[in-house]
Amino acid sequence: MAQGIDLILVLAMLLNFLVLGSSRLRACIRAVAFQGVLLSILPLLLHQGDLAVHMVALSAGMLALKGVLFPWLLLRTLRDGSMRAEIEPLIGFTASLLVGAVATVVAFVLSSRLPSLPSMTSSLLVPAAMTTLLISLVVLVSRTKALTQVLGYLMLENGIFLFGLTLVQSMPLLVELGVLLDLFAGVFIMGIVIYHISREFDHIDTYHLTTLKG
Amino acid sequence: MLLGVVLVPLVGAGVAFLLRSNRLRLALLIGIAVFHLALVISCWYQQPASLLGGWLAVDALGRIFLTLVSVLFVCAALYAVGYLQHEPRRSNRTFVGCLLGFLAAMSLVTVSQHLGLLWVAIEGTTLASAPLIYFHHSQRSLEATWKYLLICSVGIALALLGTFFVALAGSDHGADQLSLLVSELISHAGRLHLPWLKGGFLFFLVGYGTKMGLAPFHTWLPDAHSEAPSPASALLSGALLNCAFLGILRLFQVCLAAGLASFVQELLVVFGLLSLFVAAVFIVGQSDYKRMLAYSSVEHMGMLSLGVGLGGAGAYGAMLHAVNHSLTKALLFFVAGNILLAHGTKIATEVRGVLRRLPVSGALLLGGFFAITGAPPFGLFLSEFTILNAAVSQGHPVVATIYLALLAVVFLGMGAIVLPMAQGQPVAGVTGSSHVRGESGLLVGVPLVLLIAVLVLGLYVPPGLKEALTHAAQLVGGTP
Repeated sequence: MAQGIDLILVLAMLLNFLVLGSSRLRACIRAVAFQGVLLSILPLLLHQGDLAVHMVALSAGMLALKGVLFPWLLLRTLRDGSMRAEIEPLIGFTASLLVGAVATVVAFVLSSRLPSLPSMTSSLLVPAAMTTLLISLVVLVSRTKALTQVLGYLMLENGIFLFGLTLVQSMPLLVELGVLLDLFAGVFIMGIVIYHISREFDHIDTYHLTTLKG
Repeated sequence: MLLGVVLVPLVGAGVAFLLRSNRLRLALLIGIAVFHLALVISCWYQQPASLLGGWLAVDALGRIFLTLVSVLFVCAALYAVGYLQHEPRRSNRTFVGCLLGFLAAMSLVTVSQHLGLLWVAIEGTTLASAPLIYFHHSQRSLEATWKYLLICSVGIALALLGTFFVALAGSDHGADQLSLLVSELISHAGRLHLPWLKGGFLFFLVGYGTKMGLAPFHTWLPDAHSEAPSPASALLSGALLNCAFLGILRLFQVCLAAGLASFVQELLVVFGLLSLFVAAVFIVGQSDYKRMLAYSSVEHMGMLSLGVGLGGAGAYGAMLHAVNHSLTKALLFFVAGNILLAHGTKIATEVRGVLRRLPVSGALLLGGFFAITGAPPFGLFLSEFTILNAAVSQGHPVVATIYLALLAVVFLGMGAIVLPMAQGQPVAGVTGSSHVRGESGLLVGVPLVLLIAVLVLGLYVPPGLKEALTHAAQLVGGTP
């Protein structure tokens, strides 16, 4: 069991690098979706004792949203907006990967210095969460397409979710579902806005969204 | 009762999306706004029972903010009826539906006592209000909407991380986990793990501070406030920013109980002064009058943060200031809407002679300007003076000096923009139309009522309100 969890966490961490290093938007969407799928299995594996309805509902909800609905929505936006599927980052791919590597080291150092945590099944959980958080911030800052910023936001959510797994028993179901609902509505509205951006501006490059300043 | 303030507007939002006629939707909007206000007023006479095991409850703090939301919403709804007549004919389905959803989400923020539910509600306000900003369907409003959505969503995601930190602070290594109810956290404050709680507060401050418009996380605010239609701008500035502040205050209460008073208060003072500074810098020489009002909101949020950070009498000042600022800023955004309708531009230098062209709106603009910059006898003078007094009497001369200097800069900066707008000759070319828009009944009636309210609050704070504000201030470390 413990090995399975570690394997999933390592895979989830590696997927961050796939997003950083890939120039294809489709590949990035799929990578983030796969990360979501991996994470949705974790609550079930981490949970000790009887399998509660709470956990199963949460996992199923996450799987449906992050694994199926979001990628479908984003891929559809990509197709309907007839936008270019390449990513033109502000920081080059090699440099991004290097930044990602540094972020991982920082994450491991930071998490070893954190104040005491509840007993955990896997020592990789917090470093994986931190890595995902940091790399998502890199993606948010260095990628200029509106769609990649949504991917960065989803990775940020994934990282926060990983962190939340350290207290898997304490968050009530209602809140978890509320978070998922907000996430769903958020990505849905973002999808609509992206569609409008691509129609109005003929691109989804937020680099050009610079009329409003001062 | 408590469910009512959340569910009634929510159901109303659903109905608004189903109705076919614009007129019916506006009638629904007014009806629900008034009904919501009636519910909220009844809360003042009879304390509603807490629901869902204490998740939903109204305390003194929440009641003040809930009332502000409700009063402003009625004003914005009435103003919107007048305002939408002058907008190009199009369906108001999304606008009315989202306004009602926005009201539901903001009401939920003020009544939720559970940090997790609070997060869900605050994120809900972002989602419900984003379509409001995109009302004009222009490239500029699109840009503003995108920035608002993304910056606030990322900010609020960080607040979720902060919420997890607080949950960790309350976990006794699996023994028995504290729930995230504010009251439970406060009563067991001694058991909380302080480093995690500190981290949690930092993330709350960054996350909800983004939503509240504290510098340097305020970057979405001027865009969203200037591009949104005026009724929505008024709600964003007068109601939504307060709600985000309430999010910070909830954890602030817990930190006070846990003995972190000096740590959290210093943070609030620093971010308060920084917001004042950034706002002052951007107000001076601002070319767009709605952006000027938006930066003024950043300034006043800084004052709220400063007041609560100072504690003591400052907390009472901050509560009073929240009330005054909401009313005045809504008034100013409504007047700005009138000017925009009549002149068709948001560039301040292209607007001249408002007093001649729109006598009532011009007078309201001047009145609002003096009120918002804290000139006596308006309510903001009283609350700003209370905060200044707190800074001096608690021995923070440096804070008091910076505060006063920045207020003076803002006064001069806004004066240099607003006074030429009000006076002078109307610019030739725009005076041609015989029918001047922006002076009809509701468009000037609503801001006039608000101005009178702010004036009254400056001369006389009713004892009932004073008592409620004192109670609220005591919850965030204030002393009478």
